[in-house]
Amino acid sequence: MSRQSLSIALTGSGGSGVMTMGNMLLEAVAKAGWYGIMTRSAGPQIRGGEAAALIRVSNMPIESHDDSFDLVLAIDPASMGRFVAEIPLRPDSFVISDPQGGRRSSSLPESPAKVIDLPMKELAKSVKGGRPNMIALGAIASVIGLSETSIFAILKTMLESKGADALGASRTCVQAGFAAGADLLEFNTPQMQQDTDTQRWGITGNEAAGLGAVRGGVRFVAAYPITPATEVLEWMAGVLPSVGGVLVQAEDELASINQIIGASFGGLPSLTATSGPGLALMTESIGLAVCSEVPVVVLDVMRCGPSTGIATKTEQSDLNIALNGLHGDAPHLVLAPSSITDCVFTTQWAVHLAESLQAPAIVLSDQSLGQTRAIMNRPADITFMARRSVPAQSAGYVEENYTRYAIGDSGVSPMAIPGQPGGQYTADGLEHSQSGAPSSLPEDHLAQLDKRQHKISQFNYGEHWADIEGSGELAVISWGSTCGPIREALARMRDQGQEIRLIAIRLLAPERPSEMAAALVGVKRLLVVEQSHSRQFHRYLRAAYDLPDETRVLNRPGPLPFRPAEIMARLDDWGEGTGS
Amino acid sequence: MNRNTACPHIEPRGYKSGVKPVWCPGCGDFGVLGSITKALSGLQIRPESTAIISGIGCSSRMPTYLSTYGFHGVHGRALSLATGLKVARPDLTVIATGGDGDGFSIGGNHFLHTCRRNTNMTYIVLDNQVYGMTKGQASPTTEPNWEKGKLTPSGTGINPFQPLVVGLASGANFIARCSSSDSNGTARTIMEAIRHPGFSMVQVLSPCVTFRPEQREWKKLVQPAPVEATSDAAQAARRLLTDKGLFTGILFRGSRPPYQPELKSSIENIAELEEEFCL
Repeated sequence: MSRQSLSIALTGSGGSGVMTMGNMLLEAVAKAGWYGIMTRSAGPQIRGGEAAALIRVSNMPIESHDDSFDLVLAIDPASMGRFVAEIPLRPDSFVISDPQGGRRSSSLPESPAKVIDLPMKELAKSVKGGRPNMIALGAIASVIGLSETSIFAILKTMLESKGADALGASRTCVQAGFAAGADLLEFNTPQMQQDTDTQRWGITGNEAAGLGAVRGGVRFVAAYPITPATEVLEWMAGVLPSVGGVLVQAEDELASINQIIGASFGGLPSLTATSGPGLALMTESIGLAVCSEVPVVVLDVMRCGPSTGIATKTEQSDLNIALNGLHGDAPHLVLAPSSITDCVFTTQWAVHLAESLQAPAIVLSDQSLGQTRAIMNRPADITFMARRSVPAQSAGYVEENYTRYAIGDSGVSPMAIPGQPGGQYTADGLEHSQSGAPSSLPEDHLAQLDKRQHKISQFNYGEHWADIEGSGELAVISWGSTCGPIREALARMRDQGQEIRLIAIRLLAPERPSEMAAALVGVKRLLVVEQSHSRQFHRYLRAAYDLPDETRVLNRPGPLPFRPAEIMARLDDWGEGTGS
Repeated sequence: MNRNTACPHIEPRGYKSGVKPVWCPGCGDFGVLGSITKALSGLQIRPESTAIISGIGCSSRMPTYLSTYGFHGVHGRALSLATGLKVARPDLTVIATGGDGDGFSIGGNHFLHTCRRNTNMTYIVLDNQVYGMTKGQASPTTEPNWEKGKLTPSGTGINPFQPLVVGLASGANFIARCSSSDSNGTARTIMEAIRHPGFSMVQVLSPCVTFRPEQREWKKLVQPAPVEATSDAAQAARRLLTDKGLFTGILFRGSRPPYQPELKSSIENIAELEEEFCL
């Protein structure tokens, strides 16, 4: 089956109901049996500003947006200007916009697309309590071939709580929009009915990461709100009580990280979620978790930095701080999911690794994964559960001469949990002897540094350290959300008969030199793809691994996503020399 | 580690780990260590059911010297570690210890919000009005005209922080002041603080004999407060704002319910949680 898809952008001023409309449209196409994704793009304004819902629907699971959009519906044409770069159009694309309220020509000077008028505001005025976004929803549904009744069903479930009047007004607007859309334009919707036997989910990356954490056994979360990570925390606040867990809203990120260290010291697998600024505040205490050997998971949903940067938009630029932000020699885990589905797996795996290794794990998601809602196949069940080594007890007591930081073969020493008689020790950020007593002796420092490094390095991470897909002398290496458009680009190239390999790294720290060497066997040309201005990932690869001589880089900062076609173009146009 | 297996009764010394303190001879903190062991013995709380949590500073070394569970974390974050532990493990007796710099300067925000949250734990602040571990700089509770701090050779010129006033205003549920020179009295107050529900704070005047030798006079200057503890916050505020910081005793006993989210034991199947995502 070949991929067929349809890309639709909905834009409007903030508060015009673009996201509501997008959610309803996604729900409708999901009910009709399609897969899809919807990414939120907005300014930092709470109300006002501009918002866009970027939607792609397909006959098969998708992880990325397409090269361009087929259809744009601009409720407020003036709002489109903000999104020119984010919504590439073709000459055969359509823009449906309201002739009232700003001239689209001034906001889209270069647009090659055909512009079609739809007086949404005027149509909405004729309905008591009517809103232009519902006119737009009806029109879009009609244009792409959804049934009116399917939209009514969505309205009923999503608006029932707003009362009969609001529901009735929305229904009337959808009807009016549907009628207006019927002969608005000639649009060939691809046939996209898929088999509906597979259990499908509608879930965002942020919810998926939260779910992975809960599946992995996390039962304590400390939370300080920050864009774009807040939804992880909000979702967990709702579900943790029902699985015997708890979420505490903390006063700041310094408190969040220390609360989870305290809770984990008490025996509960613990997590916090944040974004770049919060991670920066937490780094001192992540070092504490390293030194005191307390497992915690810190999920960083990355956004454009440095400083406040662009809080609502995606970037892969927290790699450096996640890998190298801790002072001292501080071995820890850094992982990254490469798709929304993978947010479940990777977060769950991170909990398992943190608990198994008594070390902090940083999981790098990003805004484009976290705030994209996907209609996807239900992720497989995974059996990783939090498994922490605790000292054995006989006759109710921990064995005599228990030493918390004993040097053993694996580097992992059993961690007594408060309440265990005879297991008492002091967890310490001071360097310590094997018993945990503070020590400034060089031999204790060396022994404990070795222990903490060894447990991380020697662990068998198995095949999950990376996804190696395809084969060939040409390969792409990447991590995180950029793997979405890469996977699509490579699929298209394979359809054209090219052999090409993808190395999508999931475990960024510790490094896996022998596994990487095996993954690169036979690779002559390697393209590094990353969303970072200073090529953080390329620098990391060069420091950690032996790369082929012909290694090139495709990089740029956020927030603009890579498009499959530009990755294909970069691979086709390999060129001479060493530049990128 | 003491195992305390044979005898159910634990003497104060049974709460000591045997690790030798780093404190200077004559440091007030020795007395407070003794008071903590007496209080734990007085309440007969099992060492394995107790956790002493601290940040950084001379007095923050406390956990290592006790035979309980302990956590010696980073500077200023003791109350956050303690909050996470207590919320996750309400069965434990959680005591945070630390100094005036750790608690009121670098950890000031956590102090405010831990008082406000009113988690059921005890905070013992060993106040010596100086940063001792870094060798004698002015702390938030130092007088404005103290000129021996090398960072502030002309004095800080700014008013000292008033921990108990701020604690009261922020919602601490139990407020007391003690002197390290009165080991038994301090032990009795710590026992009361542990027993009292919610966030209990105990300020212990604990002289730094090295950088503030004049504090040796404290033991002559402190005196029991001439009034009983009050449960009226307005009355407590008036007293605290007018005393010179040398009255000891329990000054306020509040009745706010502690913050303790319920940790349910009945556990829903995770598959049920996942139903919200099913189409």
